[in-house]
Amino acid sequence: MMKFDIIGKKNWFFLLSALAIIPGLISIAMQGFNLGIDFTGGTLLDLKFARPVTVTEVRGALQEYGLGNSTIQLAASEHTESSPNVFIRTHVLTDDERRAVLSGVEKSLGSFDTQRVEKVGAVIGSELTKNAIIAVVISWLCMIAYITYRFEFKFAVSAIIAIAHDILMVVGIFSLLQKEVDASFVAAILTIVGYSINDTIVIFDRIRENLKTHSKTESFNQLVNRSIWQTMTRSIYTVMTVIFTTVALYVFGGETTKNFSLALLIGFASGAYSSIFTASPIWVAWKEYEERNRIAKKTRGAK
Amino acid sequence: MRWGNLTKFLLAVVAILSVFGYYILPLATSIKQGLDLQGGTHVVLEAVDTPEAKVDEDAVQRVVKIIEKRVNEIGLTEPIIQRQGERRIIVELPGIKEPEKAIEMLGKTALLEFQDESGKTVMTGKDLKDAKAQIEQNKNNVVSLEFSPEGAKLFGELTTKNVSKHISILLDKKVLTSPVVNEPILGGKAIITGSHTIEEAQELAILLRSGSLPVKVEVLEMRTVGPTLGQDSKEKSVVAFSIGIGAIVFFMLAYYRLAGFVANLTLILYVLMLLLSLKMLNATLTLPGIAGIILSMGMAVDANVLIFERFKEEYRAGKTLRAAMDAGFSRAFATIFDSNLTTLIAVAVLFFLGAGPIKGFAITLGLGIVLSMFTAITVTKYMLRMLMHTNVFKNGKIFGA
Repeated sequence: MMKFDIIGKKNWFFLLSALAIIPGLISIAMQGFNLGIDFTGGTLLDLKFARPVTVTEVRGALQEYGLGNSTIQLAASEHTESSPNVFIRTHVLTDDERRAVLSGVEKSLGSFDTQRVEKVGAVIGSELTKNAIIAVVISWLCMIAYITYRFEFKFAVSAIIAIAHDILMVVGIFSLLQKEVDASFVAAILTIVGYSINDTIVIFDRIRENLKTHSKTESFNQLVNRSIWQTMTRSIYTVMTVIFTTVALYVFGGETTKNFSLALLIGFASGAYSSIFTASPIWVAWKEYEERNRIAKKTRGAK
Repeated sequence: MRWGNLTKFLLAVVAILSVFGYYILPLATSIKQGLDLQGGTHVVLEAVDTPEAKVDEDAVQRVVKIIEKRVNEIGLTEPIIQRQGERRIIVELPGIKEPEKAIEMLGKTALLEFQDESGKTVMTGKDLKDAKAQIEQNKNNVVSLEFSPEGAKLFGELTTKNVSKHISILLDKKVLTSPVVNEPILGGKAIITGSHTIEEAQELAILLRSGSLPVKVEVLEMRTVGPTLGQDSKEKSVVAFSIGIGAIVFFMLAYYRLAGFVANLTLILYVLMLLLSLKMLNATLTLPGIAGIILSMGMAVDANVLIFERFKEEYRAGKTLRAAMDAGFSRAFATIFDSNLTTLIAVAVLFFLGAGPIKGFAITLGLGIVLSMFTAITVTKYMLRMLMHTNVFKNGKIFGA
């Protein structure tokens, strides 16, 4: 393997992360998320028609019921104009309204099979967001406590920053692509948290081990570089096996888990990247900063 | 001795492979399936305050009991009625044909009232003993009522006082029927006419039998998955699973040869154990749960990758095959332990704070981590030792080094 000085180029990698994350943040600020009914409340209809239909046709059929501004998505095809499988997201419809709409759609577009009907009140959505944020924050606190106990506080904070990096990456890309965010997205984020921390700890563990035998002549920079390269094969192999399985899930797993596996795919890739190029360099930067301060204090004290 | 070890190893291989080939499908299909796989309706109901009736603990408990009765009357296999938090009730109706009707029925207050001509409520549904749907000789669909002894007395008084006057029977403040009393009815029986179909009469009878809800109940959330989508999801999951495991098996073989083969065997054992544990825990398999299983396979081999990479390092540093393998296991253990424990912390939080499907996902992932640590460390180690003790394979290359 071509070994190069990863830590020495850390600012470049920080810049790279920033360049990948900032467009997402801007997108979140400008256009927000494509929130599913799990968050906004509303009715979701997943219909499979006997023939392929277009968004315009469906919208036309819905217009009669004042639902012309509903979100209409075709399944499995972002590039073709029509598909038999259509997702329609509206505000909350009562059972009678829904029955009327469905029979109207059948009249104008032909017969269909109702694959899924979901109705979510608005209360559930805000609870979901609140619970997800609480879950992430509590898991962070617990992980910081554990890593501080087994390693040290600086490792813990660096690992958490890497996790935040991965979460921002995923939510940013989901906002940019305007992919639907639903309850399973929350589960995906928490899985990414689990994977990212796992991957980071493996490298930190090697740093911890090498710290025990490390000679005074070796700088933190060199030590961490050595640790990263010692674990590089493993990092690559593991992310590959995980990505294999996620791609299998994305490609073959069906429409309902597509966004879920896409979130995981981005998160795992980012998680593997951030363990090497974010978490470890942050730790080195912190250590070096501390070292400089200590030396500065000493020299001042000697005067 | 070495042939003995080799035989043992081969026996273990054959045993694992045949158990997997033979049991994987029956095992996987015997685990309870969530509504997203078998089709059905998931409803979240919430008891709400009204000016007439405030929600309290007792009211919610009664609501749960009444809804249980109503659900059982629908006659589905394995419906679930579960209280969640203070005011919520989760109802799962697997394989239901007409979910809308059922839900409408579940949430109905079903307060039955008998009023005299002046509109004064004399008795309510509480005074009923039984209610049944019937088709009368003149083809009218009716609900026949049987009163409790107390109710029979009240009804007798009501009809005695109101001969040749109208009395009204109301359901949720709507008049169902308003007959003229011909003569006092003292036998404790009555019929309600006015149902258009026998189904309607049956529904009313069920509502009356189960009693009226003490507070208003609203549908907060409803999710219905049709049977075709469920079947489709199942088939697609099987494909994704097969391709996922196939890719990992191929990858491990290509990079770690014989050691990879052993890791693959333990991966297969891991999948079996995971499914078996889910079955024993009586867990429900949902779509995110299957995704969790597929993902956990990728993570399960991570422990082996860590061990084998460490083994390679030690072997290249000049250790013998056996010593390098031992060092690989013991050195990698600390890494695996710390990394997996931190992940488990995240999973535990997910388990305690998440609801419903997210909780199920956390169980799958958590079990996966614990089981994979066992299979990847203990089982792999045991089988690799067996192999190395055969002394047949002496070249590190065969083990991927």
